[in-house]
Amino acid sequence: MESIKTIELKKTYGEIKAVDGINLAVREGEIFGLLGPNGAGKTTLLMMLSTLLKPTSGTAIVNGFNVVTRPDKVRESIGMVFQDPSSDTLLSGYENLKLHALMYNLPLKEINKKIEKVLELVDLQKRQHDVVKKYSGGMRRRLEIARGLLHEPKIFFLDEPTLGLDPQTRQHIWTYIRALAEKIKMTIIVTTHYMEEAEKLCNRIAIIDHGRIVALDSPENLIHATGGDIVSLKGQKLNLKELESLTFVKGIKIVEGKFQLAVENAGKNLQEILSTAGEVEFVKVHSPDLNDVFLFYTGREMREEGDEVGFMQDVTRAT
Amino acid sequence: MNIRKVLKGLYALWFREFRVFTREKSRIISSVCLPLFWYFIFGNGVGSAMPAGAGNYQHFIFPGFLAMTIIFTGLFAGAYIVWDKKIDFLKEVLITPLSRTTVFFGKAMGSMTDALIQSYFLLLIGIVLGIPFTLSSILLSMLMLFVFANGLISLGLIIGSFMESPEGYGLISSFVIYPIFLLSGALYPLDNLPGWMKLLTRLDPATYAVDGLRAVILGTSSMSFTANLLVVLGFDVIMMFVGTWAFKRMKL
Repeated sequence: MESIKTIELKKTYGEIKAVDGINLAVREGEIFGLLGPNGAGKTTLLMMLSTLLKPTSGTAIVNGFNVVTRPDKVRESIGMVFQDPSSDTLLSGYENLKLHALMYNLPLKEINKKIEKVLELVDLQKRQHDVVKKYSGGMRRRLEIARGLLHEPKIFFLDEPTLGLDPQTRQHIWTYIRALAEKIKMTIIVTTHYMEEAEKLCNRIAIIDHGRIVALDSPENLIHATGGDIVSLKGQKLNLKELESLTFVKGIKIVEGKFQLAVENAGKNLQEILSTAGEVEFVKVHSPDLNDVFLFYTGREMREEGDEVGFMQDVTRAT
Repeated sequence: MNIRKVLKGLYALWFREFRVFTREKSRIISSVCLPLFWYFIFGNGVGSAMPAGAGNYQHFIFPGFLAMTIIFTGLFAGAYIVWDKKIDFLKEVLITPLSRTTVFFGKAMGSMTDALIQSYFLLLIGIVLGIPFTLSSILLSMLMLFVFANGLISLGLIIGSFMESPEGYGLISSFVIYPIFLLSGALYPLDNLPGWMKLLTRLDPATYAVDGLRAVILGTSSMSFTANLLVVLGFDVIMMFVGTWAFKRMKL
């Protein structure tokens, strides 16, 4: 059975198409990545799948329930970690979890046992009675992951779970998520714009740009589809036509003033490329990663601008 | 509808409001002290300018200050939901299986507790200050404050649900809180006002709360306690109705 299925799902704000006809089928038990730059529509998509936003048109089925007609059933089936922190800073970690358990109607007798279990999972037992204000960004994230798991959802959404965290904490969070996926059988949907994370963690990845899926496959296949190795060339008068006619050159793109060639077996063919190209000022050969995949499908680099804002921006209350 | 589920949800939402309230000491202190400042400074100042034999002005305005705590803390507590939007706690609540109606009443109950603790505390201070209370006037005052708080908090929640960011907070105090307070007759008798202003005071729900409180505490009022209570109750029903509707259409 599919955990999530969407058909031509759309969300528009006036002229702006935040999500522009997305067709998805996420299998049960897989870790599914939504990869794309900021503003690509990942969060909007997640908001619709979690019933917080109504689609403009199209259908979304989550755990067998339509998000528009059965939002209550959908909400019972899912857990969510939001992009921005959503725990109450004046409550302790334990209190935040307790509230969540009550709101999800967990049996009173089991609440403490379940809280214990998720706290152990994210390593927060010792700090559970401190108010969240005193937590670090990473701890707060972990608390929110624990909270999302407390009611044992079938589908777990993580919206940029490592945004704004330092590299070490980021590493940590991913270790937790990976361990989770092994321990608890559930479907995990994760959005990110960190390539290496998506590559290491996800079974399949959908690359989203301008509200549309431009590619969807396993990380390996996505990378393979770019056509082998990447050779970047720079020069004033390169013989592009001749380069293009070489049989092992699968495509040429211009990226930030450089020519990027998708080349089969670059190690063997580099000599011929260079002699065909003419006067080369700069050359670089590398095996492609998801960054190149993104480039390949969208013709743009995926920027990481505005990276560290958002999460750590702490909002103080008015008094 | 599953009763247990609703009750647990209500308790959770109430508990959260209450916890936050007890941990934000500055809010409690300022909301209890503000009416007292008014009572002593404004009450004494204006009272001393009153002609002899006009009655005790401080006693006259005391019911007004009971209503004032509800107007200020209640409305703000309701509108405080806009902060939940800002700190994203509201998302966490709205993604749970609880219905929007449950969320509305849970929030309202939490804020009610805050506002009532404060106004009941002032009631206690009133006894110390020598306001002529009887047991029945205390109980009826508590009832009136309860009913009044419910309406104003619902109004606050409605406003908060429409607001997109806390920057509009100042507008609430200028265009909602102060008009409601100043037109309520908390500070002056309404009998000799010009017609247009009298009409405005009649449209202000706080007028009836203040008048009702005066009826039981001081024995002087333009309408009976019961009549006033019924008007405020009517206001409650409308506010709760609009409030649940507003929560259902609320977007993040």
